[in-house]
Amino acid sequence: MIDLKNLTIEKAGEAMRKGEYTSVDLTTTYLKNIEEKNKELNAYLEVFSGSLYGEDDCLEQAKRADEIIKSGKAQKMTGIPIAFKDNILIKGRHASAGSKILENYVAPYDAYVIKKLKEEGAVFMGRTNMDEFAMGSSTQTSAYGITRNPNNKEYVPGGSSGGSAVAVAADMALVALGTETCGSVRQPASFCGLVGLKPTYGAVSRSGAIAMGNSLDQISPFGKKVEDVEIVFNAIKGKDKMDVTSLDMPKMNGVKELGKTIGIPWHLFEEPALTRGDEPRRGGGLDTEVMVSFKESVEKLKKAGYEIVDINLPYSKYSLAAYYIIMPAEVSTNLSRFDGVRYGLREEGENISDMYKKTRSVGFGAEARRRIILGAYVLSHGYYDAYYIRAWKVRNAIEQELSEVFKKVDFVLTPTTPTPAFKIGEKMDDPVAMYLCDVFAAPANLAGIPAIAVPSGANSLGLPLSIQFMAPHFKEEDLFKVAKKFEEIR
Amino acid sequence: MEIKDIEKLAELSKIELTDKEKEGLLKDLDSILGYVKQITEVDVKDTEVVYENRNVWREDEIDPSPDFSHDLIISQFPDSQDGFIKVKKIM
Repeated sequence: MIDLKNLTIEKAGEAMRKGEYTSVDLTTTYLKNIEEKNKELNAYLEVFSGSLYGEDDCLEQAKRADEIIKSGKAQKMTGIPIAFKDNILIKGRHASAGSKILENYVAPYDAYVIKKLKEEGAVFMGRTNMDEFAMGSSTQTSAYGITRNPNNKEYVPGGSSGGSAVAVAADMALVALGTETCGSVRQPASFCGLVGLKPTYGAVSRSGAIAMGNSLDQISPFGKKVEDVEIVFNAIKGKDKMDVTSLDMPKMNGVKELGKTIGIPWHLFEEPALTRGDEPRRGGGLDTEVMVSFKESVEKLKKAGYEIVDINLPYSKYSLAAYYIIMPAEVSTNLSRFDGVRYGLREEGENISDMYKKTRSVGFGAEARRRIILGAYVLSHGYYDAYYIRAWKVRNAIEQELSEVFKKVDFVLTPTTPTPAFKIGEKMDDPVAMYLCDVFAAPANLAGIPAIAVPSGANSLGLPLSIQFMAPHFKEEDLFKVAKKFEEIR
Repeated sequence: MEIKDIEKLAELSKIELTDKEKEGLLKDLDSILGYVKQITEVDVKDTEVVYENRNVWREDEIDPSPDFSHDLIISQFPDSQDGFIKVKKIM
């Protein structure tokens, strides 16, 4: 019996190279778990298992991986079962971005990250559930049902990459790919007790990832341990001619002593419960147990020799507000391609305009429509300067203030989310309360800097807690080092 | 914001809404705008909007063996004729 609970990519790779078990054995073990657990958890929308899948059947993929391993040419991801989010294209297979409007869509090409992982012989287990078009923080807005948190099935796994998080947390895959536009991997990592990395913007190609916000999106890996997330990141990163915003990670010049200074913007957590007018908003502010646990984590880092410094990030407290102007603007543009003309759902109408409207009204869920309309508003004449341009200025100010602070500190540390997982159904009638889940995630997405969420403990209900480290652009290696250190000492 | 603003935005976005949906959206948008409005009060007078705009060119040549599947694209046209996409008249 393969011990999936404590498995890592290195352990699996070594076992397969030594012949202790094969990729087929490993994949079969994950398939058993999927059979037992997926119906209730709904992590996977589709599992590549069965003769219908031909050579895409995960067991066929595993067989091919076993051949590579036998020939001695195995790479790190060879034979490793990986799940991926429903908005990442794999040629010949369905991709629906959790939406009805793409229900039967078949991807005509591989995402760059898929291409790279195929070259290593990774085993794609299937596509995972997500909030529709990646809009959400709880995986409750998918057109294909909710996903449940395996730590407690009455609770959400977070979102929008909830399915990928649950696939890993419930041992239905060893690692998984999600996407982040604002926290959509780090937040479910936090809620499910996993490691989640949002790379430097541009480090990973967005080609083949259904776009939400082009200036923000990044494909981001989940794993149980930092070392696994590191391996997946290294496998998928790199400049891709199909994504002109992608670039190769710059080479590290010489051996630099790993920085040991951590800056904490305490003032951001002590902001009063975010208000609407003078009315304190229900649901805002930092959960008490999260704060207590965070302080304990800080003490552990201090004992391990890190210098802890108070820092001020005055513009960063507007991150979420800036995000909820910039992102809907980009969304309203990106989702205009779903018009029933070339692919996906088409609802017939009396004329062309009617066809567009009917298709989009039937095909898009409430949150998608909300954000499209909000985006149209902030871009419209009379509001463009007040909202959109201003939000960009705030965004640049946030990026600059983080650059400045990184002259004094090597990392910025915050809790990953203000609260642990919440119950299914909560926050659904209050959009802003839901958006606030990502209040600490937003600065990294806006500034394009890398950030990693690491499990830090659990609360009194047994729900996972998490902290996140942020570093300057391209310093993923530093993030991996400090996060691994924290894994040792927590 | 008023219902007629929602209607105008829905028209621009080519989305059809029921009266109930319009009211729901009005309420939601008021709430969201109430939150993001704090942006308008931030002092950013010294900040320039920074975009790096540069063109990335390629030769105007057809790739003889592209990564994408021509057949998969064509086979998914919701309505087609002779390999062309078919829609209601535009003009």
